[in-house]
Parts: sequence; structure tokens; C-alpha cells
Amino acid sequence: MKIGAIRFEKKQTVSLSRKVLNPVIFILLGFVLSSVFIMANGFQPIPVFGKMITYSLLNTRGLIGSINAALPLMFCGLSVAIAFKMNLNNIGAEGQFAMGAIFGGAFALYGPALPAPLSGIVMFFLCAIGGGLWALIAAALKAYWNVNETIVTLMLNYIALLFLDYLCYGPWMAPKQTTAMTVTIPQDMYLPLIGGTSSGIFLAIIIAVLLYLFLKYTTGGYQISVIKNSLRTAEYAGIPVKKYILIVLALSGALAGVAGFVQVTGIVHRVQAQLPGGSGYTGIVIAYLSQCNPLVILLVSVLLGALQNSSAVVQIMGVPSQIVTMIQGTLMISVIAGEFFNRYRIVYYKADPESKRAEQKNNHSEQKGGAVQ
Amino acid sequence: MISFITSICAAAIVYAVSILYAAIGEIFSQRAGIMNLGIEGIMLMGAMSGFMTVYHTENLLLAFLVTILVGLLLGLAFAFLTVTLQADQTVCGMAFLIFCSGLSGFLGKSVTGIASAVKFEPIPIPGLSSIPVIGEIFFQQDIFVYLMYLVIPLSIFYIYKTKAGLMLRALGENPASLDQAGINVFAMRYGYVMFACAMTTISGACISLSYTNFWNEGMTGGKGWIAFSLVAFSRWNPAYAVLGALLFGGISILGINMQVYLPGVPSQFYGMLPYAATVVALVITTGSFRKKHSEEPAALCQKYDREDR
Repeated sequence: MKIGAIRFEKKQTVSLSRKVLNPVIFILLGFVLSSVFIMANGFQPIPVFGKMITYSLLNTRGLIGSINAALPLMFCGLSVAIAFKMNLNNIGAEGQFAMGAIFGGAFALYGPALPAPLSGIVMFFLCAIGGGLWALIAAALKAYWNVNETIVTLMLNYIALLFLDYLCYGPWMAPKQTTAMTVTIPQDMYLPLIGGTSSGIFLAIIIAVLLYLFLKYTTGGYQISVIKNSLRTAEYAGIPVKKYILIVLALSGALAGVAGFVQVTGIVHRVQAQLPGGSGYTGIVIAYLSQCNPLVILLVSVLLGALQNSSAVVQIMGVPSQIVTMIQGTLMISVIAGEFFNRYRIVYYKADPESKRAEQKNNHSEQKGGAVQ
Repeated sequence: MISFITSICAAAIVYAVSILYAAIGEIFSQRAGIMNLGIEGIMLMGAMSGFMTVYHTENLLLAFLVTILVGLLLGLAFAFLTVTLQADQTVCGMAFLIFCSGLSGFLGKSVTGIASAVKFEPIPIPGLSSIPVIGEIFFQQDIFVYLMYLVIPLSIFYIYKTKAGLMLRALGENPASLDQAGINVFAMRYGYVMFACAMTTISGACISLSYTNFWNEGMTGGKGWIAFSLVAFSRWNPAYAVLGALLFGGISILGINMQVYLPGVPSQFYGMLPYAATVVALVITTGSFRKKHSEEPAALCQKYDREDR
């Protein structure tokens, strides 16, 4: 590809430092781009960003709030990432989150009373099962009938959220309440706080490390990457692709369900309508920005958690809270555009007559549709 | 009873039209080999920009034009990413979904929930509108519906009967051969992606300028996704898309009206109907148990890179 004297050439390899540096540069550019929209809406971007950073990252209380806000995002990011690892687009983390919370919530609110650590463990697995089963609907349709999982997982979001809405306005609604929420769950099921930070963070770290090891060092992880890179090769090599679709999507759903677990036991302590609040979609952004690396997901989640956390403080300045989603989208688009520079390098052409003539010739043959190497 | 049925049919048509613009646009885009998953968000941008304009100027024509302009700009950006930078189309679509829903909520915050003074009102067509039943269903509608009566035959004619349509179909099947014939594949893709986005924003305008006269964050409520699934459902043929849209329109409107007749069922379950119907329809029409030749454009979602040839 050529633009004037600039030419883009395909790179053979990408150095690791470039791979890391590139998204960072384009995340920064994304912030620049979003300040254009902030200005378009009549606000000054620098004070807005300044306030956001000082509030959510530069003091202990804000940082703790950001980490807590990041907690469900971490699981949603892991959920989307594991599906991406096999080229499956699970954009249904939002609904799986809700279903996880419904399964776990049913146990916490109406199930048998169990002694403290056991009840939490049971609830954890019920949340995972709820999310996993919900994703399994899309997984089964994909595996057996090759139905587009993107649309199905998304449609299931609407259904799950409406069901959650029904429960919280209907049979589960707390007495003497006007908002759609249940009573609080038993106190001994709360995730303990360690210095203000929810201990769910350790759960996130453990699961992220396990996922990282699974993807990198096990046969299963290797086979997933084979399926991603070439479905045909995988089928030829006898990898049970259908089984993997079922397992990976169910696992993805289970992780989103666990996001429901940490949200209910760690943060809101009850089940309420609109519980996921867009975390499932933020998970898509996180998975992409961290290139599906489970360990990087933890870090990026804190960044986006800080963004979410700081929406409260900019609202005081009159800035709409939707600034959070807008910035997320801008960051993602910016990093997508930046990917190009991982694949291509820029070459400047010197305008000496020799090469100019050659280029003209080249142009000529290109117009005629000749092969250009 | 007859008046109940006619009012349901008329409402179903309005609903169908509001998703058909986006669906037909997306058919063109996918036929050109570019899948745009961000429809839902782009539709929201259309609804927001159209409403903002009407709210501030009370000029419906201007609002309509602004909507189209926003669509063209978004299309330009999407085409730049997917055609020029050759980014992954699914990832790009998801990014646009998040970006556009965020941006529309952000920019539209100041006018959220306020009704505008004017909206596109139904214009009964003299003569035709007085035909019993049919007139009421088809000819007492607003300009979006009448415009759709033109778009449907034109789009079918364009795709199947013109040379440009033939080239469009070839573009989605084998862009390399078109390129070799000396046709600018990249420009064509830019054009169709921009056209599709403009059509999608018109769908959004339908919702905020005619269906209702206000703007609310996320007000499309999944209509964009229903339009997106209509594309595969219709096997990339606008004629079937019309049937599908009427089907979904009927189901949704029936769901809303059934609440009056069967109040025992919580309203949320009626709300689930169109989404459940979309999944069922998608399984029936695209499930691989149908031993039928897939009509999916072969180059759909494939980036076209001359250097890979």
C-alpha cells in the first residue's frame, strides 16, 4: 500500500517490546480521541481526566474502590477472552453474569442454611453452573447445528436480564422496598474485606493464573490454539472440535457466572435488577485490550474499573456517566487501528528519478491488474 | 375484532420498517463481504443525532439529513478500519457497538427523556387510505413506511437485475477476480459499508422521530440485533428480509397487546418474545441440519489484501 512517498510494507515478525508498546501507545491515543468527543459535548477534557485520575487512582481510598469495581470486570474479561482464544464470540457475558447471580442468589436467599465457608463454596459453584448452563445453550446450537453464537449469546442476554428483572420486581422483591432488589444475603456469606479490598481479588488472581497455565502448558490449551488457527487442521488431526466448543463456551459462561458471585457476595450483598450493569460488554473491551492474556486482563480490568469508579466524580461536574462506555469504545477502536502497525512498517521513499520511474511502471501494471508483490 | 387486527397489522408494519432499513443495509454490506456487527450501536447514533437535531431546530428534514450524514461518517470510519487497515471485522463490529452506544448516551444525555415538539406524523394517501382494512394497514402510515415501499423493490431489482448488483454479488464471493477485471474493490466496499451505515441510522431515526418522539439511552433495545439476525435469516435476499421483519414485528406487537388480554403473565415474559423468536428463527433458517447449499457470501468476513494474492 502506498500513500505519496510513504509506503507500508508487511513485517515478517513482531518484536515482543513492540507488541507490548503498541497497545499502550494507542490506548493513550484513544484518550486523546475521546477528548475530542468530550469537547464536542462542551466540557474541558484535561480537568475531566485530571479529576478522574486523582479520584480513582492516586489515593488509597479511590484505588481500593477501583479494584473493587474491577473485580466483576476481571471475570467478565476472562470469560470473553477464553472464548476468543477459540475464535468464539461470546458477547453474552452480561446474561451469563445475571444467570449466575440468579442461581447463586436462589441458594443464598432460599436455600438451606449451611456453615460459613461451605455455604460460600456452594454458592460459588452454583453461580458458575448458572452462567455455564446459560452459555451452553449457545454452545450446543453452535456445536451441533453451527448456529452463529454471536447472535444467540446476545439474544440470551436480553432474556436473562428480563428474567432477573421479573424476579427482582416479582417473587424475590424485598418487602417494603420500592426498587427492584431482594433482601440482603446472610452476613456470613459476604466475601471478607482485607483493608477495604474485597478478598475476591485473590479468587481472580488464582483463576487467572490457572487459566494462563492451562492455555500455555496443557494439551487442552494447545488444542484450543490449533482450533483457533485452523479449524480444518484441528479436524484433520482428530481434535474433538464439538467437545471443545461445548467445554470452552461453558467455561466462558461459568467465569461470567462467577462475576455474578463476586458482585453479589463481595459488593452489593443482594440480587437486584440490572445487576451486571454492562460489565459483560466491558469484558469484551478488556479481553481485546489485553490480547486475551489472563494476567494482563487483571491489570487492564483495574484500569477500566478505575474509569468506572471515577464516573461518579465527573458526574458532579455535570459530565454524563456514559463517558465511561464512550471512552471504552474509543480505546478499543484505537487499539484495533494500532494493530495495523504491528503488521506493517512504514517506509519513506526517496524521490530519486530512478525509483520514481520504477514506481510509475509499477503503478501502471497495478492499474492493469498485474500482480504486485 | 377487525379493528383490533388492523391496528395490530398496522403497528407490526411500523415495527418491521424500523428494522428493515438496517437489515437491507446490512444485506448490501455483507454481500460486499463486510460484516458490521455494530448495527445496534449505529442505530442508536442515528436515533440520537436525529432527535437532537429535531429538538434544537424542529426541522424534520434537516434531522433526517443529519442522521444520514452521521451514518455515512460512521461507515467511513468502519470501512477505514476493516477495508484499509484490514482489521478483524467481528472485533471491529463489537468495538463499534460499545463505542456508539456509549457515545450516543454521552452526547444525548442533555435531551434524554424530553419529548420533541414535532415528529413524522402519518400521512393518509388520498384514495388508497379509504380502502377498508388494507387502506388502514398500508396507507395511513408515515413517510418512513412509504419510503420503504420504494426501497424494497429497488433493492431487489438492484441486487438481482443490474450490472452493479452482479458486481456486488461477485464482490462478496470473490473480490480477487473483480480486482483482476480492473474494478476498484476497495472503493466499492467503502461505498457499500457507508450505504449500510446510513440505512442503519435511518432505522434509528425511525425509532426516535416517528415511532416515538423522544430519545433515551439504549432505546433501540435489541432491534439492531434483530435486524442483524434477519440478514442470515433472509439468506441475503431483501424479499425474505421483509417477510422476517413482518414476522418479528407481528410477534413483538402481539406480545405487547397480549398483556391486556392475559394480564396473569408478567410483562417481562412478553418482552422476551422477540428475542426468543429470533433465536428460534435463526436455528430454523441457518442450522446446519438443513442440507441446503449455503448462500452466505464466500468472502464474508475475509479481509481482502492484494499482497496475499
